Amino acid sequence: MNRYTRLTFLREILMIIATAIFVLPLYLLIVGSLKSTSEMSTSSAIALPSHLEWSNFIEVLTTTGKNSVVIGFINSVIITGVTLVLLILLSSMTAYVIVRSTRRWANIVFYLFLVGIILPTQLGIVPLYLGARALGLSGSLVGLIIIYTGTFLPLSVFLYATFFRSHPRDYEEAAALDGAGPFRAFWHAVLPLMGPVTATVAILSGLVVWNDFFTPLIFLGGSDYPTLPVVMYEYIGGLNSAWNKIFAVVIVALIPIMIFYMVTQKRLMQGFAGGTKE
Amino acid sequence: MKTMTSGKTTSEQDEPEKHPAEIVRPLRLSNGRPLIAFGRWWWAAPGMILVFLIHFVATLTGGYFAFTDYTGIGSFQFIGLANFVRIAQDPAVVGVIGTTIFYALIQMVGTTVLGLLFALGLNRGLKSRHVLRALVFLPLALSPLAVSYIWKYVFQYDGLLNESLLQLGLGDLRRTWLGDPDTALWTVAVVILWQGTGLAMVIFLAGLSRVSPEVEEAAALDRANQWQKFWHVTLPALRPSIGIVTMLGLIFGLRLFDPILAMTGGGPVNSSKNLALLVYQEAFSRGNFGYGAALSMVLTVIILFFAILQQFITRNRDV
Repeated sequence: MNRYTRLTFLREILMIIATAIFVLPLYLLIVGSLKSTSEMSTSSAIALPSHLEWSNFIEVLTTTGKNSVVIGFINSVIITGVTLVLLILLSSMTAYVIVRSTRRWANIVFYLFLVGIILPTQLGIVPLYLGARALGLSGSLVGLIIIYTGTFLPLSVFLYATFFRSHPRDYEEAAALDGAGPFRAFWHAVLPLMGPVTATVAILSGLVVWNDFFTPLIFLGGSDYPTLPVVMYEYIGGLNSAWNKIFAVVIVALIPIMIFYMVTQKRLMQGFAGGTKE
Repeated sequence: MKTMTSGKTTSEQDEPEKHPAEIVRPLRLSNGRPLIAFGRWWWAAPGMILVFLIHFVATLTGGYFAFTDYTGIGSFQFIGLANFVRIAQDPAVVGVIGTTIFYALIQMVGTTVLGLLFALGLNRGLKSRHVLRALVFLPLALSPLAVSYIWKYVFQYDGLLNESLLQLGLGDLRRTWLGDPDTALWTVAVVILWQGTGLAMVIFLAGLSRVSPEVEEAAALDRANQWQKFWHVTLPALRPSIGIVTMLGLIFGLRLFDPILAMTGGGPVNSSKNLALLVYQEAFSRGNFGYGAALSMVLTVIILFFAILQQFITRNRDV
């Protein structure tokens, strides 16, 4: 059935060419970031650099002030990290109580969370900004972390709830018979077994939070705490088509994602395809 | 306690089906309370409050602002449908709504077709399929903003696209792609297709993995040709995947923001602007919060309308 025929070979060549064309823009990015300004304007876009111009990267990394890529990077790490910890903690506990509770309110709350997944966030952004401003939370990392956590909660609660539904209660019962209270039973007998869901929640929401540009532009734009995408947008806006330096900024911003992608690539693809499982 | 649970874990994982826990009733004390408490209700409180505030209160407040002339400072008045009348009477805004829908349709159809082609091409048999799949999926992980700058470079007047056209002897077709009202929105479309193809491919690959080789073999024995096999065996199995891919394409396409702002800024003369960008400009650059909220409401209604319509169409076909 799966013999490697001549037709398969042809298909392989065809797909390699198609994929090569597909990833050509990334090649242009890497080559361009290593060219000098004069070479950028004279040589062909596809040509390899005559010598490696590392000064583009040094300039990008040593810029200080509001366009400091390093500060933006640190802010992005803080926001993504704290959001994920809060999100995983809150959504796992919420889902656990909702699923295990026999009371009617638990079911109603679960349906409200489902509506939260479908509800588009567009309409809420103006009041959220006004609310954050009134509370003094606009222009601060705390405000953005709260908003991200709230935004991703419905989906994460849904993922955890699906998992808890099919998870036997024996673990908690055994822990309770050993004298553990509800929290210890949850913390020691349930949480350690949630690895796959936690990974899915962390990977999917972590990626979106890290790459998001719209929300931090509104909440942190012009503040002293911009995230990496906001820094990149403002920095590049001032570069005036110096493409070698623009590409150096872009590459610095992409490196963490590339490392993350190589480590989690398989899980990431499974996570995105998971929605099709019945 | 820790050692006990971990010991139980390994033996449990070997035969998970042996304990249908849902059938076993929880033990109860004489007063009717369960002996084992599964958490406490207040554990859910922070999550519930956050979702209530950020999803429900914010959306309802936004809906209310849509009927006011709030500018972000000072007092404001309830002005009824005036904002919506203004939207309907402004041809520029109506054009922007058309562009919004255009992006969504392009994203929906384009990622479905391209994703399906890559999924079929990389499905089975190829030695390099894992590497190629990973490469096609890669753009999805990259930030849309960063990706926009790479493509902006390709579409420049002395960029790769015009250079290639010249090499191919099609020099007459060269133009300023980003500065031409006829092509600006196509440059944005290329970026969203490039980013979305990988996701569509992965979902289709998951769907293709459910096509059993036996059925394909049976079709081959019945002398079905490649096209008949695709039409009668593969495509029906992919229906759920098509539903998901088209829905995601629609929603992502309607919410598009980063590539437009980074590549064209909505121009030239609004030709590539969509509602999300207009909301940002009205509410946050010009401070017209009330009018911006009304535009958001139009966008929300469009998103819900298309999501429901799409659900309806794909469900009907399943029957």
